[in-house]
Amino acid sequence: MDIFGWIQLALFVAVLFGLTKPVGIYLARVLDAKGATFLDPAIRPVERLIYRISGIDPDREQSWRQYAVSIIAFSLVGLLFTYAVLRLQNLLPLNPQGFGPVRPDLAFNTAASFTTNTNWQSYGGESTLSYFSQMVGLVFHNFVSAAMGIAVAVALIRGIAGHSAKSIGNFWVDLVRINLFLLLPICVFYSVFLVSQGVVQNFQPYVTAEVVERLEGTADSSQTIAQGPVASQAAIKMLGTNGGGYMNANAAHPYENPTPLSNFIQMLSIFLLPSGLTYTLGRMVKNQRHGWAVWLVMTLLVLAGTFAAWSSEAAGNPRMQTLGVSAADGNMEGKEVRFGIFGSALFATITTDASCGAVNAMHDSFTPLGGLVPLLNMQLGEVIFGGAGAGLYGMLVFVVLTVFLAGLMIGRTPEYLGKKIEAYDVKASAIAVLIPILFTLGFAALAAVSAWGVAGLNNAGPHGLSEMLYAYSSAAGNNGSAFAGLNANTPWYNTTLGIAMLAGRFLIIVPVLALAGDLARKKRVETSGGSFPVGGGTFVVLLTGTILIVGALTFLPALSLGPVVEHFTLYGSVRLF
Amino acid sequence: MKKGKDKDQSMIMDLIAELRTSLVATLLLAVLLCGVYPVVVWGVARGIFLHKANGSLLYHDGRIVGSSLIGQEFKGPGYFHPRPSAAGEGYDAAASGGSNLGPTSQKLIDAVAERISGYRTENGLAENVPVPADAVTASGSGLDPHISIANAALQARRVASVRGLSEAAVHKKIEARTEGRDMGIFGEPRVNVLLLNLDLDGKL
Repeated sequence: MDIFGWIQLALFVAVLFGLTKPVGIYLARVLDAKGATFLDPAIRPVERLIYRISGIDPDREQSWRQYAVSIIAFSLVGLLFTYAVLRLQNLLPLNPQGFGPVRPDLAFNTAASFTTNTNWQSYGGESTLSYFSQMVGLVFHNFVSAAMGIAVAVALIRGIAGHSAKSIGNFWVDLVRINLFLLLPICVFYSVFLVSQGVVQNFQPYVTAEVVERLEGTADSSQTIAQGPVASQAAIKMLGTNGGGYMNANAAHPYENPTPLSNFIQMLSIFLLPSGLTYTLGRMVKNQRHGWAVWLVMTLLVLAGTFAAWSSEAAGNPRMQTLGVSAADGNMEGKEVRFGIFGSALFATITTDASCGAVNAMHDSFTPLGGLVPLLNMQLGEVIFGGAGAGLYGMLVFVVLTVFLAGLMIGRTPEYLGKKIEAYDVKASAIAVLIPILFTLGFAALAAVSAWGVAGLNNAGPHGLSEMLYAYSSAAGNNGSAFAGLNANTPWYNTTLGIAMLAGRFLIIVPVLALAGDLARKKRVETSGGSFPVGGGTFVVLLTGTILIVGALTFLPALSLGPVVEHFTLYGSVRLF
Repeated sequence: MKKGKDKDQSMIMDLIAELRTSLVATLLLAVLLCGVYPVVVWGVARGIFLHKANGSLLYHDGRIVGSSLIGQEFKGPGYFHPRPSAAGEGYDAAASGGSNLGPTSQKLIDAVAERISGYRTENGLAENVPVPADAVTASGSGLDPHISIANAALQARRVASVRGLSEAAVHKKIEARTEGRDMGIFGEPRVNVLLLNLDLDGKL
């Protein structure tokens, strides 16, 4: 844990803090259909054109049910769209490597994965998908699923801020405006920056290089180097917290994340929108202290995870050190030299705090406690900044539960920013919290006792259980990172993971919208001295406690059998698996 | 009863309208986000950073000999050796990936033990000299073009003796191919193995 790590960490938090307010203000303008932005002259005409052709009435106000129906209809069409693109990729253009159609179970898994902002990948990008499949079939969802997450978060904020309102906004307007005014303009500049660092952006066939040293015993002295429109995809995969790598090795691949600087910017871009949204929250509910309190809870949890992962990876693998590996180097298996221990540990923490899931090091090869951090991050519901939008609405669900618990403790009707929290709201929140838990533990248990589940493992012993647990935590949490040794490209894994991803997305969005609709409908009462303050230290402690207690109570037994046992085996015995 | 039926019908009409909007919006957004956007980036990137957009390729005598960002296998004693690679059969730049072996994996620990003894033998190191971690572990991408400075330094004597160069001359080459932390802060100092070996061969 050297000084350069501390400097990078301090810089990261400082820059994130500095960007939160401007991004939050801009977001608030984008999310107000009448809001003015400096991009209006260029983009307003395109916006109007899309409304006109699609038959969208931008002045229409939707109830929460209508909002939910729009989301589900749009997602269904998008799911089928991507499924079709993948199945037909051999007939579509931009397929210089001549890849065949994607198998049905894999196409379903991938379409579900990208529709739900998960970006779990049962395939290796450069060995399976054509340029068209990546650029159209996948990038489409990288944009719209991120926009959808932000839209739902804002619908919930509108519900909290509303006063006897019937509507929580218009999904179509939110969708179009977020894509046009927010994601697209940032991505154009961001992609070009990535190219300046060495990320490729081309449509040429894979390059064949004549290697410098012709090795004895090898028939072939060439190296085939995968190419493609990587930069445009890498930009949105980070900004939209999607995380699906163009290449199999994702952000560890030198063409996808070539320099430590591109690494730093990629990490920042994962948190950029989720962090800005906390400011938007404060602004829209007219309580900026509340927005910052939520930001602080998130930041504290990021720091805690980073310390845990960083110190464990820096300590390295004692078994290797016994053999003679330099103890000062830490655990370098699965890591890139240019990023080092800190750059890999911070990335792993961030990508799983958020629902990004891009990786710049192989989590499967992390030390037991280093790997526990990303696993637990996902199991906490990915509310630590979280996905674009999804993180904030997940966190607000925890806020409602916190307010409810605080109300129980002091014996008053719980109240959140002037809205009474009643049975309906608590039920909706509880469902949203319980759904991913159910699908994570349920499917992981099923896989652990099934032949197909065990057959996919790359590691034996407790680490094998971690691989399965990680897969379903990642799917139900819509994260998409993996203990990638697991061979999940089988019909059973593809199908169960696909179901977990869809449940973890839509069975949460619907109760969250129901909560939004119910809060919107309520009268806003003046907050009094007896109201529970949602801005101070007590609130920060209670909210952090609620998140940790729910997560810990649910997952500790499973985690004890996986990473925790593995940790004690690694240090306390000579056993290997 | 009749009212309920009307309501059902209007809900179905609503749903059909939503699906139609979904379809049209999907196509319009796809044209913009999956067509116009990547092509604009492609055009701009080619205009400003053509070499990088096309893969940072290295040429010798008009032939492509690799990419400065992508590692290559080297086994001969006269070359610096890169990290072990789990990409395909090793440094397969069309099948990136790591070993994904966990910390308590027998396979991993056995492989590391073998690599350590190999590294010590070929570089003439005593049993008590710690081996740099990057020299005996596979990277995440399997294409890591870099090794640590310590790793390069320990290989210098071998390369110098095979090539009949002075150790100081080889160290000078290492220094020339060493990349510092980005902006003095980000990441780790490192040596690009492919560039270093090309430099030794006089092919740069």
